[in-house]
Amino acid sequence: MHGFANPARFLRIARWLMPLCMGTGLVVALLALGWGLFVAPAERLQGETVRIVYLHVPAAWLGMAGWMGIAGASFTEIVWRHPLAGIAAKACAVPGAVFTGVCLLTGSLWGRPAWGTWWVWDGRLTSMLVLLFLYFGWMALSQASEASDGGQSAGRVGAPAIFGLVGAVNVPIIHYSVIWWNSQHQPPSITMGKSAMSGDFLMPLLAAMLGFTLIFAGVVLARMRAILAGQQAEARLRRKARAEVEAF
Amino acid sequence: MREAMDPWIFVIASYVIGIGATLAMVAWSLLAMRRAEKRRDSARSAGRGAGANS
Repeated sequence: MHGFANPARFLRIARWLMPLCMGTGLVVALLALGWGLFVAPAERLQGETVRIVYLHVPAAWLGMAGWMGIAGASFTEIVWRHPLAGIAAKACAVPGAVFTGVCLLTGSLWGRPAWGTWWVWDGRLTSMLVLLFLYFGWMALSQASEASDGGQSAGRVGAPAIFGLVGAVNVPIIHYSVIWWNSQHQPPSITMGKSAMSGDFLMPLLAAMLGFTLIFAGVVLARMRAILAGQQAEARLRRKARAEVEAF
Repeated sequence: MREAMDPWIFVIASYVIGIGATLAMVAWSLLAMRRAEKRRDSARSAGRGAGANS
């Protein structure tokens, strides 16, 4: 893993991996959504509204995966002082928050015809909303800590890394909320090696999850490249200004 | 009595939100990356130019 700590090596890999992930992801996701929308059958009880599952479940998975990405990167930053870990955490925040928002909105749109209400304050929905607020808090904290030290914190572990680790407590709460508490939300349909879903629904769902996961990876790599390029430009301009002051 | 609802309105709204948000995020990330890399390259070439002048 430390081999990837070198930003030059990371950039060499990201240059071909990012468009590959993004392009493949977009094609697979669009095909899977078309499959879910036009080919997959309607469900016996829920009818046509079941087609929302092909967006809702990948968005929920990536909302949680995004925070696990932040937590993993924070752990790596704290333990190994990996120079790219903080950048990776920052790059996971926006796509994670976007997918959490998509999960909440599509869930609400599914809840209205299925449950007769847009929203209920049950364990699953509330813990997912808390995840969205955690993302907002993390982004605000990350920007504030960057602004307060003027980008001079390289090699020092900041508050966002601690927040990223502590916030990971919410992810198992989201997952087990439908088991621990009486919930309007259904229990998990897909668990390790088992599925309560018929193949007609499961196959397009798995394809959509793969497609959106590849898009997520592509977006994270693009954002890491952007942050890294920004830092390099900043460092170069700072060096130039220092050289000019010394020459004067 | 439950009101009759057209399920397709909810399905289409979900797809518009999901696909729209994903495409907007992809476009924003690519633009931000291009802009940052262009800024880095111009800073690099400005640095080289300054080095050549001194």
